Amino acid sequence: MREQLQVDRIRCDGHGLCAELLPEVIALDDWGYPIVKAGTLAPALLEHARKAVAACPVLALTLGR
Amino acid sequence: MSDTILWYATRGAGVVTLILLSGVVVLGIVSSMRWQTPAWPRFLTTGFHRNLALTTLAFLALHIITAVVDPFTALGWNAALIPFSSSYRRFWLGLGVVAVYLLLAITITSLLRPLFGYQAWRAVHWLAYAMWPVAVIHGIGTGTDTRFLWMWAIEAVCIGAVVAAAAWRWGRTSPTAWREVRVNG
Amino acid sequence: MDRLLSGPPLTAGAESYGAHQQRFGLLPAAAARSLIGRLEASNLAGRGGAGFPVGRKWRAVAERANRKGVVLANGAEGEPLSLKDRTIMAARPHLVIDGAVLAADAVGADDIIFYVGAEHQAAEAAMRYALTERSADLRGRARLIQAPRGYVAGEESAAVHFVNAGDARPTITPPRPFERGVGGRPTLVQNVESLAAAALVARGDDAGTSLATLSGAVRRTGVMEIGLDATLAEVAASGGGLVRPVQAVLLGGYFGGWVDINDVWARPLAPGSLRAHGHAFGCGVLYFLAEETCGVEATARIIGYLASQSARQCGPCLFGLGAIDAACRRLAARSAQPDDLKRIARWSGQLAGRGACKHPDGATGLLRSALGVFADDYAAHQRGFCVHRAPAVGRPVAMAEAVA
Repeated sequence: MREQLQVDRIRCDGHGLCAELLPEVIALDDWGYPIVKAGTLAPALLEHARKAVAACPVLALTLGR
Repeated sequence: MSDTILWYATRGAGVVTLILLSGVVVLGIVSSMRWQTPAWPRFLTTGFHRNLALTTLAFLALHIITAVVDPFTALGWNAALIPFSSSYRRFWLGLGVVAVYLLLAITITSLLRPLFGYQAWRAVHWLAYAMWPVAVIHGIGTGTDTRFLWMWAIEAVCIGAVVAAAAWRWGRTSPTAWREVRVNG
Repeated sequence: MDRLLSGPPLTAGAESYGAHQQRFGLLPAAAARSLIGRLEASNLAGRGGAGFPVGRKWRAVAERANRKGVVLANGAEGEPLSLKDRTIMAARPHLVIDGAVLAADAVGADDIIFYVGAEHQAAEAAMRYALTERSADLRGRARLIQAPRGYVAGEESAAVHFVNAGDARPTITPPRPFERGVGGRPTLVQNVESLAAAALVARGDDAGTSLATLSGAVRRTGVMEIGLDATLAEVAASGGGLVRPVQAVLLGGYFGGWVDINDVWARPLAPGSLRAHGHAFGCGVLYFLAEETCGVEATARIIGYLASQSARQCGPCLFGLGAIDAACRRLAARSAQPDDLKRIARWSGQLAGRGACKHPDGATGLLRSALGVFADDYAAHQRGFCVHRAPAVGRPVAMAEAVA
């Protein structure tokens, strides 16, 4: 199970809910756009990651291998 | 005695639905405005919007079911499913059915958003601006409590809140104005 | 030693099909079958800037094309300091067409698109005419599409997007063009010089040369064919030598980076040798920055251009490059804010990989090289003064066409 978060950079509009729900992995730059920490997701964070994916207003965040 | 309970349940659930639905619309507008404070992150607004919407559906279901099964109203299921088919206050009740269908479309596309895709979801979600006024007018037209002051007060607060939120959103100069102000590079 | 540009002088205009056939003979169509293997063995690197192995790219498309693939010959050349693609199209269109036809046969494509920058008029005219001379060869498979102006129009997903939808902005990858490109079909997007080089490989040449564009403080500016193991000193000498003392060279264009002249002067420009020191040949741009010119100002102009060329689809690129541009301009004008240098360093670390395409990566890569090579100048500018006698006059962009 090596899941990774992907951001559709064109769709992303800097809403920032992903960073609110998964601050361990996602930080925001000076303009509100996500900086995703590299590497695979810790299994303990998987559920939070799924919530972050569901919370994105524009469906820019996905969880995939 | 049990008949009256159903009748009161319908009206009560209807009022609660109106209040909750207005709250849902306000929260939706606040979400799109990206409003937040250090103590209130945005996921709270969107989370409440979603949860409150589901709660609204529960009360809406109660409102519809108690209205249909109540022997006093003589409304069959047809009246609830086919707009403008009831003999009792045909037009005002029909509006309620229309509002329910709009709300169902919004709900289903939202719950299955990854399936429908962002564009379709967004297009259907805009129907909320049609759905809410239709629901409010249904309430005023069908409502048996509209002659009471407390009902008018509730209506005023609900309508006032949604109109104020919509005006706030409409007044925003550009969708990204908030971001351009933040950037001082 | 000339191979890509051997034959009549560049100023003589496009070489006709007849003359081309006299020099090269007929197109070795049978060579297409074994060409992918030979390209892989020759390690021919792509000439569009990324240096991706040509054979590997053709193999990836061939595995998926099923005879319904597409070849997109990329002659957009949006890089302002590069003239080589328009030069080879204008002077040797048939070599480019040879490469495209061989590619189509080798990967299994039934559609060939020549994507030529609209502003490269001589190149477009030459290619159009050459295509009419080749109608028998091409059997109706080929068309020429004008690429819109702009830096990112030549990016491979942008090129495909333009052909598909008239919108020359990069798209999200995956899928990459070799998987799903023009019309949803596997598409080989290949630089025109790479195709010409492949056409030489098909005829038994080893394609050991590359096209470079010289500019700046060198006597003879313009396109030059150089050996892959030539050093910068040898190349400069072939260009008539330096006209002024030089402090640094911009290697690879706006997408490349500044290198201190002493670090690269005696070094072979072969990809391997450059990569070992963290540099890249890119699209072969060699801009020589004179000692007297201010590197901070030159960099600010380049960053300004790159920021203006953002497709504006992704926040980090649009806002990040915008902010970096403003800060670079303040630094160049010696009116920097107290934190500008620190901010630039922070922002340039943050942008890479956070756009749909590599535009922000290229811009921040260039900036990071500038912060290294011109470190003293940046420090001086932050404090409000400049040691260079002559500020950068004019922009190191857009020079006259090298070919009539």
